[in-house]
Amino acid sequence: MRTPVQFSLNGEEVAAFVEGGANLLDALRETVGDLTVKGGCWQGTCGTCTVLIDGAPRLACITLAETCAGRSIETVAGLRRGPDLHPLQTAFIEHFAAQCGYCTPGMLMAAKALLDRKPSPTREEVVEAIGGNICRCTGYEPIIEAILAASRAGDRRSA
Amino acid sequence: MTVAVKTFGRIGEAAAALSAERGARFFGGGTILMRMVNEADPDVATIVRSTDPALARLAVSSGRIELGAGATMAAILAERDLAFLHPVARTIGGPAIREAATIGGNLFAHSPYGDFATALLALDAIVAIAGGFGQREQPIEEFLAGRDRGGRQLVTGVSFRRPAADSFRFVKVARIRPKGVAVLSIAAQLPLASGRISGARIAYGAMDRAPVRAKAAERALEGRTLDAAGVAPAVAVAAEGAAPVDDAIASAWWRREILPVHLRRLLLGAGA
Amino acid sequence: MLEFRKDIFADERDDNLKEVGRPTQRQDILGHVTGASAFYDDHRFAGLLHLKILRSPHAHARIRSIDDAAAQRAPGVKRIIRAADVPVNLNTLLSLIQFGKDDEPSLASDVVRYKGEPILGIVATSERSAREALALVRVSYDPLPAVFDVEEALKPGAVSVNATYPKNTFEYYGKYDHQKLRYGDVDSAFGQCDVIVEDRYQMSPIEHAPTETNGSIAVPDTNGRFVVYTSTQALFFSLDTAAKINAMPSNQLHFIGGTVGGGFGGKVDTLTEPLAILAARLTGAPVRYRLSRHEEMQFGSPRGAERIYVKDGAMRDGRIVARKVTAYFDSGAYTRLSSYAAVKCAAHIPGPYTIPNVYGDVYCVFTNRTPATAMRGFGVTALDFALECQMDKLATAIGMDPIEFRILNAYRDGDMKAHRREAKNCALIECCQVAAEKANWPIREEYRRMSSRRGAASAPHASARPEAPRRQPAPAPVQQRIPYDRAGEPPAPDAPPPRPPAPPPAGSSHGATRFSSVFGTRRR
Repeated sequence: MRTPVQFSLNGEEVAAFVEGGANLLDALRETVGDLTVKGGCWQGTCGTCTVLIDGAPRLACITLAETCAGRSIETVAGLRRGPDLHPLQTAFIEHFAAQCGYCTPGMLMAAKALLDRKPSPTREEVVEAIGGNICRCTGYEPIIEAILAASRAGDRRSA
Repeated sequence: MTVAVKTFGRIGEAAAALSAERGARFFGGGTILMRMVNEADPDVATIVRSTDPALARLAVSSGRIELGAGATMAAILAERDLAFLHPVARTIGGPAIREAATIGGNLFAHSPYGDFATALLALDAIVAIAGGFGQREQPIEEFLAGRDRGGRQLVTGVSFRRPAADSFRFVKVARIRPKGVAVLSIAAQLPLASGRISGARIAYGAMDRAPVRAKAAERALEGRTLDAAGVAPAVAVAAEGAAPVDDAIASAWWRREILPVHLRRLLLGAGA
Repeated sequence: MLEFRKDIFADERDDNLKEVGRPTQRQDILGHVTGASAFYDDHRFAGLLHLKILRSPHAHARIRSIDDAAAQRAPGVKRIIRAADVPVNLNTLLSLIQFGKDDEPSLASDVVRYKGEPILGIVATSERSAREALALVRVSYDPLPAVFDVEEALKPGAVSVNATYPKNTFEYYGKYDHQKLRYGDVDSAFGQCDVIVEDRYQMSPIEHAPTETNGSIAVPDTNGRFVVYTSTQALFFSLDTAAKINAMPSNQLHFIGGTVGGGFGGKVDTLTEPLAILAARLTGAPVRYRLSRHEEMQFGSPRGAERIYVKDGAMRDGRIVARKVTAYFDSGAYTRLSSYAAVKCAAHIPGPYTIPNVYGDVYCVFTNRTPATAMRGFGVTALDFALECQMDKLATAIGMDPIEFRILNAYRDGDMKAHRREAKNCALIECCQVAAEKANWPIREEYRRMSSRRGAASAPHASARPEAPRRQPAPAPVQQRIPYDRAGEPPAPDAPPPRPPAPPPAGSSHGATRFSSVFGTRRR
C-alpha cells in the first residue's frame, strides 16, 4: 500500500506516494528523484544520508518517510543558490575536504546544521557536529578545517 | 508485502493497536525499528505510532522528574534543568541520532546500546506502561529484567527523584570519540550522609544483555567514604553479577578486565 | 601540511615541472560538493529489478538440497538464479593474467566454504520483495568441520577447504606450495651474531568499509549488449571477469564507472557485476545488485589476516646480519588476491634495509573464512608492521637509538636486495633524517651526514653480495638472546659507535629522478 506524503524539499513543495514503512532516503532517491542524498548503511550508523528536517540533522535512512509530512527538508541539492556555491561548498573545495565524495553531501549537511545554529563554532563543536559522519578516505582534518574556514567566511560577510 | 503504518492521536489507542497484533512494533525514534524494517525483518508487519504530545513531555521539578518516553536525546540536551543527564544524552550516537533517539527506545536497546537506560537504572526510575489492560508502573530493574519476555507493551514515560546535587555520575567507555559504541558504561548515584555513602545505586551498560545493577559494589560502598581506601572493597567486587558478552566492540574478558578500573575512577571522580 | 624538501637530491631532478609539486584541485570536486557526481547507483531505469543473494549461514557445509518453490511463487519475484544458471561457475580473479587456477564459484552448488558464501539469487521488483522471498528458501545442510587457523590448516589431516587446492595452500608456478626467499646463509650468521630477537605477529582481517558498498546495475542495451554501471575500482578487470563468467565476448559489455565511493582495494574483486549481468540477461530488464552493509562486512573481502614469525640477528655495532621470516597469509576459502600478496611479501622481507643473510617462507593458506583481497599495500604493510616492531626491539636490545639504527641499516643505492634486485633511488636515510628533524629527535652528526647515495665507482653488486657484507662484521662476542619484553642484558656501555659508510660521492651516477617529502618518498 502506498501513502501520499507532502513536504517541502529545499523550499519546493513535493508530493510523493511512498511504500508503507519506506525510509526517507529511499523516498528521496527512488520516488522524488533527489539523488544528491547518498546511502551508506541503511541502519543509521554512517551519517552518509544526513539531511536537515526543520533545520535539525537527521539520518534519512532511519527516518520513516511518513513522519516527514508537512516538514521542511534540506539536502545538498538545495545548498547552492543558483550558480553561487554555499560558503561550505567553497571551503570544502579550497581545503581539499573531499576525496571520493561519497560522504560529502552528508558532511556538508551536518556542517550546515551546526553553522545555521552556531555561526562561529569552536573546533570541538565542529568535531562533535560531524561525529556521526564517517569518512573512509581519512579526510576528517581537511573537513574540520573547511568547516572552520566557512564559519570565518561567514563572519567576514556579516561584519 | 509492505509494512502497514498506523498512527494514533492518543497513547491509549496506540497501546491497544500494539497489543492487538503480533507483528506490531511501536515507533519511538526509529533508530532501532527502521533498521529492522529496511532489512525486511519478518517480525515487523505493522508500525504503530502515536502523535500524543504527552509522550514528549518533560516535567522537571526540584523533587520528582517525569520524562515522556517520546522525548529525544536532543530534547534532554535542550533542557537546562536536566544538566546532570546531559553527559549521558551526549554519548548517544551523533547529533542526527540524538534528534531521533528517544528515552523509550533506549529502554529497549540491546547491549552494547542502551546507555540512557543504564543511567535511568542508577536513578531508580519507575517505568510507566500502557497495555491492553490500562496504565501500570514498574520499577526499571524489573522492567529491564523482563523486557525481552514481555508482550507488546507501550512505555509512555519514566519518572524518578532528582538526585542530590553532584551525586550522579556517568562514564561511557568507547573506542572512538566523539561517537563510539560502549565497551561499557557506568552510571552511579552516590548520595552522601555526613561524608559517607548511603544507599548507592550503580548500574552497568554493556555488561549484560540489558543494563544491570552492581549490587555487590553498592553494598560494599555503604557507609564508606569516596577515597582510595573507601572505594577499594567496591572495586574489588565490581564485576560481581555482570555477565558481559563478546561482540564486535569488545570481548567479555576485556570488559571484565577494565570494569574495575573505570568504576574506581568514577567513584574517585577522576574522570574517564 | 605537505612540505616539499627539494633541497634533497636537487641535482638529480628536473624541477621545471608544471604539476608535480604543486597543489592541484581534483577535477571532480565541484560534483562532489554539489552532490552532482554520479556514482553507480545514481542512475535510474524504468522497470529496474533487484537482485538479492541467499548466503551460507555455515562456515563449511555440504548442501543437501535447496527448495525454492515457495520463493518462486512469492509476490514480485521475477526469476531465481541457481548455480546451474551461471555459464562459467568457477573463476579466479587473476586468471586474467594467468596466475592461479579457477577455484571460486559465483554461486555455490554442492559445498559452502565460508559464512556468507552466495548460494542462490532472487530477482524481484523491489529489494524488499527479494528479501522476503529469500526468507522462503529452504536449504538443507550437512555441516562439515571447519578450519579457521592458518597453521592448523597446514597440519597433516587438516580439513580440506578448497577443492582446487586440496592441501590448503596456493600453488605457485604449478608446483610450489609457498614462496621461498634464500639469500646468503642465515644459519651461520645466527651462529655468529651478538643479539637475536625473535617474535610472532598476528594481524586481524580489516574491512575496507567504503561508505558506498559494492554494487552494480546491468542494463540491457541494443544488439545484445549490456551497459553496466559499477562501483568497481578496476573497470577493465571487472569487465573481462564478467565476460568470462557469463561466457560472452567482452565487446558486448560496456562498463561505466570511475566515480567510486571509497575502495581501498575492496572494490577490485568483481563481486556483483557477473550476477547483475546474468540477471539482466535472464530477465531482459535492468537489474541492480547492491550489497547491504552487512553483506559488505561479511561477503566483501577484507584485508587478509597474516601471521608472521620473524627472527633477526644483529651485531652489537648495530648491523643486522640475518633475518628469517615465516609468514602465513589467510586467503580465506578462495583465492582473490592473497596469492599475489604473498609474492609481494616475500620480496619485502628485508624491508628497506640491507641484510646480507635472509631466509623467507611465505604461505598463502586457505581457511573457512571470508576470502581476503587487496587493501592498501597488502602483503607489505603487515610485514612492515612486524619488521618495524623488530627494528625497535633490536635497537633496544643493542642499546642504539632507533632512528640511527634504521639509518645505519638502510638500503643505499647499489645495494643488492635479498630478492636480487639492485636498490635504486633510495631515500630512507633522508626520510629518517627529516623525520628526526621534524620531531626534534636528536641524532648524531655522523648520522645526519649519511646519504642514500653511493658513487658510480662502487660496483653495484659487489658491495652487498651475501658473501661480502657491505660493512665488515666486528668480531663476534658471546651470543645472547634478548626477549624484548623482559629486561635484557644491558649492552656494553663503551661499544664503539658503528662506522658510517663512505661519504657520498659528488654528483649522481644514474638518471633516475627522485624527491623526498616529509611524508615519504615519491619515485618516478
